[in-house]
Amino acid sequence: MIDILKKLEIYLNSELSVKIRNSIIENNELLIEVDQKDLIQVVQFLKSDEKCKFRQLIDIAGVDYPSDENRFELVYLFLSHENNNRIKLSTKFKIDQIINSITKIFPSANWMEREVFDMYGIKFKNHPDLRRILTDYGFKGHPLRKDFPLTGFNEVRYSEKEKKVIYEPVKLEQNYRNFDFESPWEGTSYLKEIKKKEKDGKKN
Amino acid sequence: MVKKTKSLNLNFGPQHPAAHGVLRLILELDGEVVEKADPHIGLLHRGTEKLIEQKTYTQALPYFDRLDYVAPMNQEHAFALAAEKLLKIEVPIRAKYIRVIFCEIGRILSHILNVTTQALDVGALTPSLWGFEERETLMTFYERASGSRLHANYFRTGGVHQDIPIKLVDDIEKFCKSFPKIIDDLESLLTDNRIFKQRNVEIGVVSKQEALDHSFSGVMLRGSGVPWDLRRSQPYEIYNELDFRIPIGKNGDCYDRYLCRIEEMRESVKIILQCIERLPKGPVKSVDGKISPPNRDDLKQSMEALIHHFKLFTEGYRVPKGDVYTAVEAPKGEFGVYLISDGSNKPYRCKIRAPGFSHLQAMDYLIRGHMLADVPAVLGSLDIVFGEVDR
Repeated sequence: MIDILKKLEIYLNSELSVKIRNSIIENNELLIEVDQKDLIQVVQFLKSDEKCKFRQLIDIAGVDYPSDENRFELVYLFLSHENNNRIKLSTKFKIDQIINSITKIFPSANWMEREVFDMYGIKFKNHPDLRRILTDYGFKGHPLRKDFPLTGFNEVRYSEKEKKVIYEPVKLEQNYRNFDFESPWEGTSYLKEIKKKEKDGKKN
Repeated sequence: MVKKTKSLNLNFGPQHPAAHGVLRLILELDGEVVEKADPHIGLLHRGTEKLIEQKTYTQALPYFDRLDYVAPMNQEHAFALAAEKLLKIEVPIRAKYIRVIFCEIGRILSHILNVTTQALDVGALTPSLWGFEERETLMTFYERASGSRLHANYFRTGGVHQDIPIKLVDDIEKFCKSFPKIIDDLESLLTDNRIFKQRNVEIGVVSKQEALDHSFSGVMLRGSGVPWDLRRSQPYEIYNELDFRIPIGKNGDCYDRYLCRIEEMRESVKIILQCIERLPKGPVKSVDGKISPPNRDDLKQSMEALIHHFKLFTEGYRVPKGDVYTAVEAPKGEFGVYLISDGSNKPYRCKIRAPGFSHLQAMDYLIRGHMLADVPAVLGSLDIVFGEVDR
């Protein structure tokens, strides 16, 4: 399995050369990173190339890194039935950038991109129908951003007085408390390994 | 002279018995023919992914029971596998067998519900009455293993929560011996039933290529003749040691998908019987005390166990940095978890790939040109559960 991925990694690097910024194999999974302006071409290549044949888009996952300069990351997961392998394609970009939609290549990207738009506020160019999908009609904000509070801003209830469902700001009897239980509890081997790696990294 | 017709907008759901939950489907009709379908989802959105980011790995697991609540343990499985892959821990062999047994029970649970309610949507009441009785039996198995019928929280990182009693294994075996008869009974009601066939044959046809383009998986893909099952092609746990067949359809219509589900139930029974026969002895969770909690007995005796217990249920365990995608063949299709860990005790990001999401997306393309009465039939054969579509 790992050999196939290594071969694929070498092949992709030679075919797409400058388009690929970085590629790693970790946990038996191949991740390639591309610039957002090359996205369409790379996706098209992955789908149509005879050796790749990634004909199915599994999912699109958005990730938010508020402290990074390139705040958002999109991870595209592809599956090839013919070769029985998977690939992850990631692209990082700034908050105000508009990403090319891949709905032309994979029709199923439609809702997935709508979900990313809904959850992160990432806009897609040439998307046929970019509406919110999971949140309420008239919802404001993008819930999966790290700066969106877990409790949200509005709550709904049925008002007996007005005979309809009304929206009100969230009122909690007690504020949501997030306990930080993390402690420098030691003993597990991998933690020691991580620390060792960090130390070694500093030395170099 | 051309007669002018005005298309009619029809609101199907969100409160409709054939919508299988809270689906709001806006249909554009020309007479009785559907011209366009626009599904509005999210009425059951609970922000599972956001909630998981705030919880430790142990606390995040029960959220997966609440996704596809028809087959809860299959969902837990994907998350447990993802965490295990990042932690790089091995699951004891007995736990693997128990997991497979309960995954297949979950598959039967889901398929019974789907087959019988789809029949109900097209007008057959009896199958659902027979099917639900079996479902109840299966859910008592869930209860006897995990303590609850639906929200099991049974597959933990590193194994399963508790060992199963011997009596339960015997009862599951007894059930497997008697259940094929029930499938035969269900089939005698439906498979050759004229009305059932009229409502399902050549309805909602999906070609191979379209199934791939629309990210279909599971029965939706196999019904169209693509021999793809993750249990066989990318085996996890002990599926590569088991003998079972992958039923595939020919025409990709609702009827073929029904036949696939029926056959899959029979295969699941075979898998469970094989597992019971081979069920080895041994521990049921990882022996690493920093990941799986100690036994109740040890808690009273050993100080170390007490500390571990306390730390595991407050702080939890830390998962090494990295990202991983694991998928399992859930009853409805490929259920995947894309997990990003930043090295802390909480997942940084957990993207849930629900099969139903992609299936429902194709509703517009599936139903276009069909009659209004076909909407419930197609919707039923998509096998939609809103817990997982809306997340």
